[in-house]
Amino acid sequence: MNALDIRELQVRRGARRVLDGVSLSVAPGEICALMGVSGAGKSTVLRAVAALEPIAGGTIDLGTVALRPGPVPPESRLRDLRRHVGIVFQSPALFEHMTAMQNVMLGPVHALGWPQDRAAAVARDLLDTLGVLARAEAYPRQLSGGEAQRVAIARALAPNPSLLLMDEPTSALDPARRTALGESLRALAANGRALLVATHDLDFATAVAHRRVLLENSRVVAE
Amino acid sequence: MRLRLSPIVWLLAATGIAACSRHPAVGVLRWGGDAEGGAPFVEADPADPSRVRGFDVEIAGQIAQGLGRRAQFVQVAWESIEASVERGDFALGMSGVEDRPELRARHSVSIPYYEFREVLAVRPADSARFADLDALAGHRVATLGETQAYRILVAAQAKAGVIPVSYDDDVHPYADLVAGRVDAVLLDNIIAQRSLARQGGFVIEPRAVATGHYVAVLARGNAALRDSVNGVLRARMADGSLEKMFRAWQVWDSTEAPFFRRELAAAPGSEVATAATTRSVSSYLPSLLRAAAITLVLSLLAMMLAVLAGGALAAGRVYGGVIVRTACTVYVEVVRGTPVLLQLFVLYYGLSSVIRLPAFAAAVLGLGLNYAAYESEIYRGALQAVARAQLEAARTLGLSEFQIFRLVRAPQALRLALAPMTNDFVSLLKDSSLVSVITVVELTKQTAIYATNVGSWVVPGLLCALVYLAFSLPLARVARHLERRWSIVG
Repeated sequence: MNALDIRELQVRRGARRVLDGVSLSVAPGEICALMGVSGAGKSTVLRAVAALEPIAGGTIDLGTVALRPGPVPPESRLRDLRRHVGIVFQSPALFEHMTAMQNVMLGPVHALGWPQDRAAAVARDLLDTLGVLARAEAYPRQLSGGEAQRVAIARALAPNPSLLLMDEPTSALDPARRTALGESLRALAANGRALLVATHDLDFATAVAHRRVLLENSRVVAE
Repeated sequence: MRLRLSPIVWLLAATGIAACSRHPAVGVLRWGGDAEGGAPFVEADPADPSRVRGFDVEIAGQIAQGLGRRAQFVQVAWESIEASVERGDFALGMSGVEDRPELRARHSVSIPYYEFREVLAVRPADSARFADLDALAGHRVATLGETQAYRILVAAQAKAGVIPVSYDDDVHPYADLVAGRVDAVLLDNIIAQRSLARQGGFVIEPRAVATGHYVAVLARGNAALRDSVNGVLRARMADGSLEKMFRAWQVWDSTEAPFFRRELAAAPGSEVATAATTRSVSSYLPSLLRAAAITLVLSLLAMMLAVLAGGALAAGRVYGGVIVRTACTVYVEVVRGTPVLLQLFVLYYGLSSVIRLPAFAAAVLGLGLNYAAYESEIYRGALQAVARAQLEAARTLGLSEFQIFRLVRAPQALRLALAPMTNDFVSLLKDSSLVSVITVVELTKQTAIYATNVGSWVVPGLLCALVYLAFSLPLARVARHLERRWSIVG
């Protein structure tokens, strides 16, 4: 069973069709690179899967949760989805008033009800794995772009989601960090997670992804 | 009588008057009084509201006539008569001006032309037990601020434990007596009689607490005119014109004839200024500090209420449904669109038949609910300024809307709101001076009382300004520190 199945997805903004019949799927343990030029609709696919964008047509199935056309459901009906889907935005969107550590612990403690100790241990592990443990007590404005990106990845991974969505994860990384990130993503996939990575970085996609999907003119044109 | 004008209105009026008085017309005697005081002193003539009438108006007319001039009335706030006459806005100040040693020490003062009695008004049921001030120990006694009656009550507070309650006008003390907010009113017999005729519901104790005299006040250097005025007043006392006029205004009684005889028997020149009896600055400090504490506590409580209610209103406008949003918007627009002074009056006097709030509570509520409207707009703007990406990131972590508000949105909005909130608190601190209209004697009111007593605003004004600065400057420092700290970490 796929971790994500998108069928004939349509998203509209006013009269404009941002996505017009996009279909793709991602299996557990698979890294799928969603490629395309800027404005092709890559971010919109991720936002629709994360239930941040209303869908006008088609279906999105995430195992136990399904999204159908209509307005975005209230958060009370999205608990399962939130538990199983993590997202890393292109702009890290770290909470500015919290340290890196607090950012990573927020979801597990308040949304999942984990004890502080457990959440802190998981957060430390993740920050260590991503090479930013030394910056655990720094605030977002004190982090470099790459550090902030890795903290955002740790925050998305902390609740242990089965599907991780990533929007241009390499945009703020130097080549060495990009390689390290690729290895980290491979390791995550090896643990059974499904990853849908929106990127226009062909080298990164070629090196890391198991499969590449090309989005053009609001539709999938090649796999 | 003597309703307080705002300092700005006073300033504008005084400026205009001063501009006019630079070239006084020959043969004109400019005299100042407060038509808000009403009959029988000075009031707008119902037949022609552009003119004034009253016994002070007629006395001014008789003096002008006696001096071969024409009287010209100048409107001035009652509590500003002394300051205005000294700066030359008019030559003669009248309007129930009370004779007292400090007045004679600072200005030229005419001979007294009327003897009044300070009388107690009480509810009919209390007539037997509250016959004098000693019997009112522990009870609230109302009067007009900055008057002889107020000074008598302050003295009685120290001696007999009476609780003075200061008002800015002479109508509400009697209304509050009837409503049960105060237990007695001490004021001039003329004012008491007028209020009894106007609204009733109380009795006037027959025994006078004290006597006093109305005089005309002139600039200190205007002794020559004062002597001429005294000459005219004596002549009018002697020929019966003053008696006839007082009788027409129904304020002539058995005490006036002996008083006139005493005045006429006194040798001219006895009105020479007495030595100043101004109390030292230090003697006023305890009451100023007490008033400062009232200002601070009142402002802190009102600001707490404003923050809580403002937060609720902002949340209602950002998160609420149509009905809640509309209700919050209406509240904000109505409160911001009407003067806080009016709201204080409505809260304290207007609602007194429904709920009788203590003055301090009404002051906290009035200021707090007024500032809540302004705070809510600050918070609403700050909440809406938190980046959408931050809220979406919180949503994808599985936080509920309330958790997002509490953990992500509100803390970030608070940082944005801090500077305007600090400004508002400083404004509220200063606006707290308005609550003297509902009998709370706070720092500015106490300063005005002090200034009236010492006859100068220089020292009281400086002290008052220092206290306000002592409250507001540290606050601004703390706010700047927090802003700096948060701009680094946040």
